[in-house]
Amino acid sequence: MAGWILAIVPAAIFATFLSFIGPVSDLTAIQAGLDWIPAYGIRFSFFIDGLSLVFGALISGIGTFIIIYSGGYLAGHPHQGRFFSYMLMFMGSMLGLVLADNIFTLFVFWELTSITSFLLIGFDHSRQAARRAAIQALIVTGGGGLALLAGLIMLTLITGQNSLSGMLASAGVAQQSGAYLVAMLLVVAGAFAKSAQFPFHFWLPNAMEAPTPVSAYLHSATMVKAGVYLLARMNPVLGGTQAWFWILTVFGGITLLLGGVLALRQTDLKQKLAYTTLGSLGLLVMLIGFGTKEAVLGAVLYLCAHSLFKGALFMVAGTIDHGTGTRDITVLRGLREAMPVTFIAALLSGFSMAGFPIAIGFLAKEEMYLALTSGVWPDLLFLAVMVVGNACMMVVGLLIALRPFLGEPRPTPHVPHEGSVSLFAGPVVLGVLGIVAGLFTDWLNRVVLSPAGASIYDGAVDAQVHLAFDLLNPAIWASIVTWALGIALFWHADNVRLALRRVGEGIGWTFDAGFDAAMFGLIRFGDRVTRLLHHGRLELYLLLFFAVLAVSLLAPLIVSNSLPSLPDWPVLTFYEWGAVLIAAIGLITVVGARSRLTAIVALGIQGFAVAVIFMLFGAPDLSFTQFMVETLSVIILALVMTRLHLGKADHRELEAAIRDGTVAIAVGAGITILLLVVLQTDLDLSLTELFQATSTPIAHGRNIVNVILVDYRAIDTLGEISVVMAAGLAILALIRHRAKPESAKKPRSTRRKEKAA
Amino acid sequence: MNTVIFRTAAPALSALMLVFSVFVMLRGHNEPGGGFIGGLIGASGIAIYSISAGAAATRRALRVHPITLAGLGVVLAAIAGFVSLATEVPFLTGLWWIFEFEGAEIALSTPLLFDIGVYAVVVGAISTIALALDGEEGDD
Repeated sequence: MAGWILAIVPAAIFATFLSFIGPVSDLTAIQAGLDWIPAYGIRFSFFIDGLSLVFGALISGIGTFIIIYSGGYLAGHPHQGRFFSYMLMFMGSMLGLVLADNIFTLFVFWELTSITSFLLIGFDHSRQAARRAAIQALIVTGGGGLALLAGLIMLTLITGQNSLSGMLASAGVAQQSGAYLVAMLLVVAGAFAKSAQFPFHFWLPNAMEAPTPVSAYLHSATMVKAGVYLLARMNPVLGGTQAWFWILTVFGGITLLLGGVLALRQTDLKQKLAYTTLGSLGLLVMLIGFGTKEAVLGAVLYLCAHSLFKGALFMVAGTIDHGTGTRDITVLRGLREAMPVTFIAALLSGFSMAGFPIAIGFLAKEEMYLALTSGVWPDLLFLAVMVVGNACMMVVGLLIALRPFLGEPRPTPHVPHEGSVSLFAGPVVLGVLGIVAGLFTDWLNRVVLSPAGASIYDGAVDAQVHLAFDLLNPAIWASIVTWALGIALFWHADNVRLALRRVGEGIGWTFDAGFDAAMFGLIRFGDRVTRLLHHGRLELYLLLFFAVLAVSLLAPLIVSNSLPSLPDWPVLTFYEWGAVLIAAIGLITVVGARSRLTAIVALGIQGFAVAVIFMLFGAPDLSFTQFMVETLSVIILALVMTRLHLGKADHRELEAAIRDGTVAIAVGAGITILLLVVLQTDLDLSLTELFQATSTPIAHGRNIVNVILVDYRAIDTLGEISVVMAAGLAILALIRHRAKPESAKKPRSTRRKEKAA
Repeated sequence: MNTVIFRTAAPALSALMLVFSVFVMLRGHNEPGGGFIGGLIGASGIAIYSISAGAAATRRALRVHPITLAGLGVVLAAIAGFVSLATEVPFLTGLWWIFEFEGAEIALSTPLLFDIGVYAVVVGAISTIALALDGEEGDD
C-alpha cells in the first residue's frame, strides 16, 4: 500500500515533465537557478532540453512503477520505510544529475547518486557480499566522480564557462585547446566508471546484491545511465575528434562483447540481465562515439527501449524469485500456468529486447545498423561487433521470456504463485509500452528523437524513424543476421554456457578478483605505513618531529642559496651582555646537568634570561608571557617528572646523545639562520602602519599586540584557544588513563615551548 | 620544597596573583597585559596553591572543574563573535559601548568579552594539566 501512495511523487514529477514537451520540442531550453557561491559565479542551476527531458521522464516514469513494485516486493519487510527513503533519495539525486546546469551542481548530484546507490546496494547489510558490493560500487563510481570533477574544472578553465549550457554554447572551443586530451580523458574516465565500461565493468554485476527493485531501477533508467548521459551531453563539447571516436567506440565495443558473452555464461536470472546491461551500456557508448545523426538517434531510441524492457525484465525476475524462491534458470520450468500475467509481461519485454518488429527495440536496432552500413572498413568491424553483441542479448531476452515459463514444471523451493497487482503492474505496463511505442513513430520522432538528438548532435536533427521492413535496405539484413545468430545460440544455450564456463575457469582471473587484490594491497600498505610511523616510541616521535623541522628549516635556505651574510658583532651595554651571559650559563647547565631537576630549573633560568632580553629590547608583552610560560614549564615539567617516576638522572648512550645533540643543534641553527634571513630582508611595514594608524582611534586600544590578538586577528585567537582547550581535555583524558601514563607528558611540554617561541 | 615558609606564604601569594591576573587581563587593551598573560599568571597562582595545599584542596577551592572553565572560555569568545550578527557586520567585528559612570569612562566591548574568554581558556586548560599531574586521579 505504501508503494502506491509514495508512487504519487514520481508520477507527479513525470506529469510535470510532460508539460515541458511543448517548449522543448521547439528546441528552447528551460533554465532555472539560484545563486550559490556568487563570489565565484557558482550557481545552483538547472536546465531542461531534449536530452534531459528524455532522461527525466524515464527516471520519474519508470521510478513510479519501481516504487509500486517495491511496495509489493518488500511487503512486511522490517526496514521497508528505510528502503523507500533511500529509493526516493536516489531518485532525487538522479533527477538533479540529469537536470543540472552548473558543473558543481552536476558534481554534487553525481556524487549523491554514488552515495545513495551505496546505501541501496548495501541495503541488506547483514550479508558480507552486499557490503562488499556496496563498497566496490562506491569506490569505483566515487573515484570516477573525482576524475570527472577534475575534467569539468579543466573544461571550465578552457572554455571560461562553468555551466553545461555555457559550454554547449561555446562548443568546438575545447577541442582546439592543448589541454583537450587530458580534460577529455578525465571526463570519460568519470563516465566510464559510472556506466561500468571496460575496465571498470566489474562493479555492476556485483551490485545485483541489492534487492531486485533496486537492480531494476539502477540498471534500467538510472545510475548506470548517468555516464551515458554525461557522454551524450558532452558530445558537442568534447566530441568530433579522432581520440573521442576511438576511445568511445573501442571501449564501448569491448564492453558490449564482454557483457553479451558473459551474460550467456550465467544461470542466475538477475546476473544474466546484469551482464546484458553491461552490453547495452557498451552499445550506447559506442553509438555516442560514432556521433553521426543516425548513431545519435539510434542511441536515443535504444536508451528508451532498454529502459523499458530492462526495467520490466528485472521486475519479472524478481517476481519469479518471489513466487518460486529461486532465480536459477536451469531449475525454473513450466511457470506459464502458475504465473500467466508475468509470462505475458516477460514475453512482451523479451520481444523488445530481441528486437523483433514493431517493438521499439526493433526500431532502435534498425537505426543503429543504418548508421553503420556505409561499407567502409571500421564501420564493418563495428557492425560485426554490434551484430554479435545484439545476438547475445537477444538470446538472454528470449531465455528469460521463454525458458522459465515453458516445458514441464519442476519442483522449486516455494510452490509457484502469481505476484500481486503491484508486482506485475510495472512489468506489464512497461512491456506494453515497449511494443506499442513502435507504432507511434511520428510522435516519437517529434517529441523524443528530434529534441534529444539535437542536444547530443549539436544541430537540428529531423528524425525520420519509421516502421518498415524493406528487404532492399542493408540494415534489415544486419537484423536478420542478428536473429539467425541469436536463434542458433538460443538453441544451444546450455552447451554455450558450459563451454564459456570452462573457458572462464581456464582463465581463472577476473577484474573482480583484481579489485580485491588491489584493495587488500592498499590495506596492507596502509597497515605498514601506520606501523612505521605509529610505533608508540615517544622519543622517536620527537626525534622525527625535530629532524623534519630541521630539514624544512635548512633545506629551502640551502637549495635556494639564500643563506644570510654574517651579521655585525652586536654592540650591547654591559647589562645586556649580562642577560646573554645568564642565558648561556643556563644553556650550558642544561646540557651538562647530572640530574633532571637541575636541567629543568636551568632551562627555566635560560628562558628567564631570554625574557629579560625581550624586556630590554622593548617587547613587554612578549617578555611577560615568556616569564609566565617559563615558570609554568618548570612547574609542570617537575610534576611530570614525579608523576612518571623518572630516574633522577638522564642516562643516554653515547650514540643517542650524539644523535639527539645533532638534531638539536640543527634545529637551533635552522631557526637562527631563518631569523637572520628575515632580519636582512626589507620589512614590509604596511601592516604595522595600518595597525599604528587604526589601533587607538578605531579599535580603542593603545596596546597593539593585544589589539591584534583580540580584534584584528581575533579569529586566529579563537582557533588557538579552541586548540588549547582541546589539548587540556586530551591531556586530562590521557592522564586519567592509567594504562599508558607515559604518552601524555612530553608532547605537552613541547607544545608549551612552541607557544613560548 | 614544601617548607613551612612556602606553605604559609602560598595562599596569600596565590590570592594576590589571581587578583593581579584579572587586573593584567583587564588593562591589556591599553597597557602590557591581556587575556593570555593574565591567564598564565592566574594558572601559576593556582599551581602554587596546589603545590602547597595539595590538588584535592585546590579542586575544592575552585568549586568547578578547571576544564569547565576552559570550555566556558571558548563559548564566551564565540559569543563575542556572534554579537556582531545582531548588527549585521562580519563575525568577530569589534563593537564598543562607551559611557560615563560617576565621572569615569567605562568602555564595554566585544573584544573585552573575547579577552575574558581567552583568560578563562588559559587558566582552565593549564590548571587542568597541573592539577591532573599533581593530584590523584580519583580526585577528579
